Amino acid sequence: MKVLIDQDRCCGAGSCVLAAPEVFDQREEDGIVALLDPTPDESQRALVDDAVSRCPAAAISVVE
Amino acid sequence: MTETMAAPPFPMQRQCPFHPPQEISDLRDSAAPISRMTFPSGDEGWLLTRHTDIRSVLTDSRFTVRNRRFLFAKNQQDPPPMRRGMLLSMDAPEHPAYRKLLTREFTVRRMQHLRPRIQQIVDEHLDAMAAKGGVVDLVEELALPVPSLVICELLGVPYADRDHFQSVTVDLLRLDTPPERRLAAVEEFNQYLAVLVRTKRLDPGEDLLSDLIARADAGEELIDDEVLVSFAFLLLVAGHETTANMIGLSTAVLLENPDQLDLLKNKPELADKAVEELLRYLTIIHLGLQRSALEDVEIGGHLIKAGEIVALHVSGANFDPALLEDAERLDITRQPVAHLTFGFGPHQCLGQQLARMELRVVFSTLFERFPTLELAAPLAEIPFRSDMAIYGVHKLPVRW
Ligand code: SF4
Repeated sequence: MKVLIDQDRCCGAGSCVLAAPEVFDQREEDGIVALLDPTPDESQRALVDDAVSRCPAAAISVVE
Repeated sequence: MTETMAAPPFPMQRQCPFHPPQEISDLRDSAAPISRMTFPSGDEGWLLTRHTDIRSVLTDSRFTVRNRRFLFAKNQQDPPPMRRGMLLSMDAPEHPAYRKLLTREFTVRRMQHLRPRIQQIVDEHLDAMAAKGGVVDLVEELALPVPSLVICELLGVPYADRDHFQSVTVDLLRLDTPPERRLAAVEEFNQYLAVLVRTKRLDPGEDLLSDLIARADAGEELIDDEVLVSFAFLLLVAGHETTANMIGLSTAVLLENPDQLDLLKNKPELADKAVEELLRYLTIIHLGLQRSALEDVEIGGHLIKAGEIVALHVSGANFDPALLEDAERLDITRQPVAHLTFGFGPHQCLGQQLARMELRVVFSTLFERFPTLELAAPLAEIPFRSDMAIYGVHKLPVRW
């Protein structure tokens, strides 16, 4: 699984960090999403899917 | 095109103080999830009740947040030109540019750093409540002062001024405030904040407002005094009243659902999940959100014409069986779902991580400290805030 983020779309709401804290973080300087782990382990899949569905800006996608 | 039905007049009465009105669930589940509606203002428009439809409007740039008329204004009057920096009434591309000035202040991590201070504030208020004893109003002792003090400290607004900003907030949120009074309240508050900004410039503190003033004075683009006042207005009003009502209403619903309360008492580590479920279940923005179409848009087989208002019944959406099973049941062990209590799309609540943090601290502490807490009046006598734009309880008498 490969996670992609679109920092231009992100509105910094932080839902992804709550959903999958091992995969997502927010940049210190502007609160915009940052990827901690672009290729997370399968065990993270449910959490990443949750982050995708809760992201208000459709800024996260997953490719196989 | 699908046949269009008219919804009953807005707002509708609730049968249970903790559930959306039955008509909303009926419209969503059977008759007409997208229906025509006449608003109290006299405007004709649309009411949307399904989770997917509402999410799609909130992420569709063909809808604007500008030119909104309050759902509850009976006398039509176009709102005054909006001040720069008032995020709630800006569209892209201005909105994200201004919002970005603030996002770093409300990250998950920043809010985690605030946790010990929030805990201290909660503990102090619970101590004071314990010392008082007898029957106390939980709104006055805990629900309102905790978030007010937190946002005052964070922003750098003197807590001693709370009577002023709380009375302004009440004027803004009462559904029957005459439009002139609403405008006057906004004006009064803007003046107070403009003075505060000038004072802080001379005597800065360790707070968000001082920080923004310093950024403005260092030449950072977009920030000036008008914007500073707008930001302070928004953060102060949105930062205390919403969380205060979540605390009051959540306590009431937990006390009325002893099975759920027992779960929380036995496992305080459930507090995070409980908070997410309470946010979904109680949806204090009970009248929903509002957008207007910038051009003709088709949704679910209905043609929404340019200029028409769309009311988005977020509370109905949070009970949508398509979003989750058994939505009518409060279940604090549920896996969090993509509820719409903080809105969705680019305007999703900026302060949501702060709200979550405050609620988590309160609900991992309150029942540990007062395990025998109970309502001191029958539910029928609790004054629910059907008369306000933000739902909750006006008072919550409790004892232990
Ligand atoms: S949930 Fe989406 S909008 Fe919010 S911080 Fe993460 S990527 Fe950005």
